[in-house]
Amino acid sequence: MHAALTIAAKDLKERLRDRSAIVLAIVVPLGLAFIMNLTLGPITDQAFSTDVAVADADGGPVSEAFSGMLSEVEEAGFITVSEAADEAAARAMIDADEVSTAYLVPEGFSDAVGMSRDAEITVVANPDQAIGAQVGRAMAEGFAGEVNAVRLSVATALALGAENPGALAASAAAEPSPIVLASGQTEGRGFDFATFYATGIAVFFLFFTVQFGVLSIIDERETGTMPRLLVAPISKQSILVGKLAASFLMGVASTVVLWIATTLLMGADWGSSIGVLILILAGVAAAMGLTAAIATFTTTAEQAGAITAFIVVVFGVLGGVFFPVTRVSGAFVVVSRFAPHFWLMDGFQRLSAGEGIPDILPALGAILLFAVVLGGIGLVRARDLVKY
Amino acid sequence: MTDTILVCTDLRKSYGDIVAVDGVGFTIAAGETYGLLGPNGAGKTTSISMIAGLLEKDGGSAVVVGNEITTKSTAAKAAIGLVPQDLAIYPDLTGRENLRFFAKLYAMGAGLNERVDEVLEIIELTDRADDQTKVYSGGMKRRLNIGLGLLHRPDLLILDEPTVGVDPQSRNAILENVERLGEAGMAVLYTTHYMEEAERLCDRIGIIDEGKIIAEGTRRELVALVGGRDRLHVETSGDPSTVVPDVTALADVESCSAAGSALEVVALNASRALPEVVLAITRDGLDVHSVDVSEPDLESVFLHLTGKALRE
Repeated sequence: MHAALTIAAKDLKERLRDRSAIVLAIVVPLGLAFIMNLTLGPITDQAFSTDVAVADADGGPVSEAFSGMLSEVEEAGFITVSEAADEAAARAMIDADEVSTAYLVPEGFSDAVGMSRDAEITVVANPDQAIGAQVGRAMAEGFAGEVNAVRLSVATALALGAENPGALAASAAAEPSPIVLASGQTEGRGFDFATFYATGIAVFFLFFTVQFGVLSIIDERETGTMPRLLVAPISKQSILVGKLAASFLMGVASTVVLWIATTLLMGADWGSSIGVLILILAGVAAAMGLTAAIATFTTTAEQAGAITAFIVVVFGVLGGVFFPVTRVSGAFVVVSRFAPHFWLMDGFQRLSAGEGIPDILPALGAILLFAVVLGGIGLVRARDLVKY
Repeated sequence: MTDTILVCTDLRKSYGDIVAVDGVGFTIAAGETYGLLGPNGAGKTTSISMIAGLLEKDGGSAVVVGNEITTKSTAAKAAIGLVPQDLAIYPDLTGRENLRFFAKLYAMGAGLNERVDEVLEIIELTDRADDQTKVYSGGMKRRLNIGLGLLHRPDLLILDEPTVGVDPQSRNAILENVERLGEAGMAVLYTTHYMEEAERLCDRIGIIDEGKIIAEGTRRELVALVGGRDRLHVETSGDPSTVVPDVTALADVESCSAAGSALEVVALNASRALPEVVLAITRDGLDVHSVDVSEPDLESVFLHLTGKALRE
């Protein structure tokens, strides 16, 4: 144990003195997280909004109620409402791609509603703004549902002997709008982009940081110091454990530094501290397993570094360290499960959204599976690296 | 009674069909410097790798201070210091940190710092002890490489061609260091293909070729194997190997080999053989640039025993 600690301390001293390791482990990831958050965050973080136009040829109480409902939604920041002089003007706005939806309210619309005759609002959708148009149609359908409910309530009340249909209708119409739009989060994942880039970059660079330990075994062979270690009165296991311990400490320390730095400097919210620490420890183990497994199939440190870089970048993209993979679909979603990065990001996203340790257990299990399988391969083969 | 530090018996190592070491055996006593002299590829490094516990033996035994050496025998390894042929130091650490690191691996505990200072003094690096070794000169690195080997006061110090690629000044400093270690009572196993180094440093020498020790003894004993023979070193034009058969056929020539642009000739009588050798060379169309006649030495012994020059 003493020998392993001595070797680990020596390796860490070398890494700290070799500035490139610190730069790769902390400075570059922190800088990248800052840059990505500053440049991409505002774009991807924007709330949804769409423009609609209303051509109101009616001007009656029901069409005013419709305009009032749109105004409420506008105040919530989800739409911008423009008034069109007539149907032609509204259609022109669609053709000019100025709005996603145009509502055409015909003359006599309010009367038709009041007389329980057929009444309709024409919704003109812009095919170039499909999502906005869908939202626009949904709002109109919501309003129509409300109007129908009012008519049904009034008709029912009259049938039961009510005497003042006008007051009944006014009362029903005064009920809150059935269309309620609020800024929400999907499946409870409240993931702000500062946190996303902080965790994504930390996960991505973790796999580069921990490779130093395994690569240093190859380095010792290339630089000729391995024979001197092997003739010392220590076991091969001590050498291996010392190397892996240095790697583990480097990985944990650099990720913890990134966690603290991004929290203080970028306002990232990684979530439960204990959960984050558990994920970091599991992630470092998986990263060590992956890099060890790769490195032991190579013969030089340069070769190992190049292959590791390639695989880590591919896994990083698949695992969603640069963009949320929840936004893509199809085969990509399936393939992404085979990258440890995916499970790390999943765990961090859950913690960031306020979920607890029980919620990250599936991700934790997957990460530990990667650590055990890849680490097992790496460990068995790394023992063969510790030789003359 | 002299303490025997190392006993090697019938060491064997093969790589596939290639036999690298084929029954090597010798002993080294305390205070003795033993030289393993042979050309590149003779089996020197493989032999000492087994003796140092770096390589598993295919057969035979190597016992250091009563402990059999294997790749796992930590007790035997504690008695050995190794100075590898290639530099084995950490460039980002200082000289002192390199020494302290290995001292800790040898669990030197109390007195560690004093011993580190002592070694720094021996290898004359006290003034530069706290500089990173990547800024050391080649000679300084070589000296530190040796210092790391003798740091834990081993019973047996193994030096594997420590002067390869070293400038003459540093080389001389290294040889002086090794001489002092022998005088201080350390058993030293020194491999080299430089005949002069073996002659200067070693109390006894084993001449190794093709994985076997073909002769062993003191310099005087080995040279006696050549008898009264002289050695001619003839620099020629062109490729001297073309004249080897004609020179070897001369009556007073016992053996002849080409090494670079020169012929190495072992002659029964130099004064009689020299005119015939020069005539044979010129008759074959080469010019003689210089001739050097010398008393028998280890080079002559090797030539005599193997029919080839040490540095072929």
